[in-house]
Amino acid sequence: MTSSVARVSADGIARVGEDLPHPERRETEPPMPKTSARQRMISIQGLKKSFGDTVIYDNFDIELPQEELISIFGPNGCGKSTLINMISGLMPMDAGEVLYDGQTIKETKISYVFQNYREALFPWLRAIDNIHYPLKVMGLPRRTREERVEQLLADFEIKIDLNAYPYTLSGGQQQTVSILRALVTEPEVLFLDEPFSALDYEMTLFMREQIQKIYLKTGTTTLLVSHDLEEAVQLADKVLLLTRRPTRVAEIVDVGLPWPRTTQVTTDSRFVDIKRHCLEVFWREVKAS
Amino acid sequence: MHAGTVDAGPGRKNQGSSMSARILKALKKPKARRCAELTLGPVFLVAVWWIAFAGELVNKDLLPSPFATIADTAVAIAAGDMIHDFLQTLIRVAYSIAIATVLGVPIGIALGAKDSVYRSLEFVIDFFRSTPATAMFPLFLLLFGLGDIAKIAVAAFAAWLVIVFNVAYGVMNARQTRILAARSMGASSLRIFKDVIFFETLPQTFVGLRTAVSIALVVIIVAEMFIGAVDGMGHRIIDAQISYQLTDMYGSILAAGAMGYGLNLGLLIVEKTIVHWSGR
Ligand SMILES: Nc1ncnc2c1ncn2[C@@H]1O[C@H](COP(=O)(O)OP(=O)(O)OP(=O)(O)O)[C@@H](O)[C@H]1O
Ligand SMILES: [Mg+2]
Repeated sequence: MTSSVARVSADGIARVGEDLPHPERRETEPPMPKTSARQRMISIQGLKKSFGDTVIYDNFDIELPQEELISIFGPNGCGKSTLINMISGLMPMDAGEVLYDGQTIKETKISYVFQNYREALFPWLRAIDNIHYPLKVMGLPRRTREERVEQLLADFEIKIDLNAYPYTLSGGQQQTVSILRALVTEPEVLFLDEPFSALDYEMTLFMREQIQKIYLKTGTTTLLVSHDLEEAVQLADKVLLLTRRPTRVAEIVDVGLPWPRTTQVTTDSRFVDIKRHCLEVFWREVKAS
Repeated sequence: MHAGTVDAGPGRKNQGSSMSARILKALKKPKARRCAELTLGPVFLVAVWWIAFAGELVNKDLLPSPFATIADTAVAIAAGDMIHDFLQTLIRVAYSIAIATVLGVPIGIALGAKDSVYRSLEFVIDFFRSTPATAMFPLFLLLFGLGDIAKIAVAAFAAWLVIVFNVAYGVMNARQTRILAARSMGASSLRIFKDVIFFETLPQTFVGLRTAVSIALVVIIVAEMFIGAVDGMGHRIIDAQISYQLTDMYGSILAAGAMGYGLNLGLLIVEKTIVHWSGR
């Protein structure tokens, strides 16, 4: 396999929307301004992973900008989960190096939100104690923990009874608790693996708004795996399109639509164009085998 | 297949005490209904018993009247001698379960933590788990003599095997996602054991505990019958049989049954309180 290299610098990306009438990059900039002249990068070099005889990644290289919301979309079983599991340190890689602005995975504060919130939250702890837990692991004293959690809850105007046990909450509420648990440590990078796929449609729409709110407020580097192209485009500065196994980068599509992205955005002609382009790339990659 | 969500394989075992489970469920129904449902079975049993007795369907020398049995049992309880036997058996069972739990849970966790260790010991554990505990009486008599210690030791040994097996099984089948979640937060292995795996294992631990209590009760009763006991329900039953006190024998059998049932129900209630998330 030849290695696939896709470099994304602040300007050097093939933009899909280029032929469109100059879209404003953002109406609302995230509050954390990119003060450094240099764009901070996630760099993945020479990544290899196989399960038995199945090669998932073979010399996979990519650079992705930090402080952006990046969605990952690709065919079923192409290795989206495997990719974020490896670069978040949950799963060992066979070979390769992952650096977050020069820092290793271990040196980077990472949080992970699982698809299956039922199996990711601790049902023996109340919702509030679930949120406290990562801070406890960090060894913070009770006072500090309480302050942090309170601040977090105030920031996002959470209206959930957090003294309840997780299993008594609705799916959306449980996933919200999981996301709060991930955010409370103030991570530098947030990973979400199909976080809404177990929720009903109404809840999914609501959660997409929540994710935007979080991203716009914190500006945290966020990698979101989605199996829904509309979601992948709506919730991203860049869409990372992957090929079938052995997996390469098909394209990194710059979305460049203004934030926040309401549901109305999804009917905007620019949005539709980007989505169509992604779909074309996707089909081309699925058919080429 | 998702890398992060490995399923726990076969459903958790839930043998035994289906009756007490149903009673527990019945407790949540409207009062009148549940009283009727709860009393129906025992009333039916007494009715059948009485018909068999009054209609002389069974030899009168083998089956006393149910009412005479209940009356004599009430007298024996009031006099205190049945209570003494009952408590002696209960204490022996409690000792063996306490020993089995204290030694079984940590060992089960340790064995389950290392798949390879458990696999290499699996045969031995399975072998002794399948060996009738009563077959080991002579060995334990040699080791511990005729007294209480031998009885408790055999029961504890049998109960211990069940607990070790169930706890190890529970650890090996703990949901990977929660362990991964804790690890992604930077939790140490020890912390993951204490905060995650221990709780993940609790439902299976209780399955083991309930089975262990049933086994320990059987072993203790049999031991009391045949191994130089001076008290206990087993001793009382065999004594009544030898001295041909039919009502006492039947009453003692019922009392022993009540003990087993009560222990099971009690454990189930404790389990529902502690493992409140189970099956949710
Ligand atoms: N632990 C594992 N052991 C063996 N094979 C695995 C393991 N995890 C994943 N795979 C295989 O690797 C491939 C990629 O899996 P992965 O879960 O990363 O795909 P995905 O893109 O997230 O798929 P999906 O769209 O289903 O979420 C799949 O073919 C899967 O069967
Ligand atoms: Mg996946």
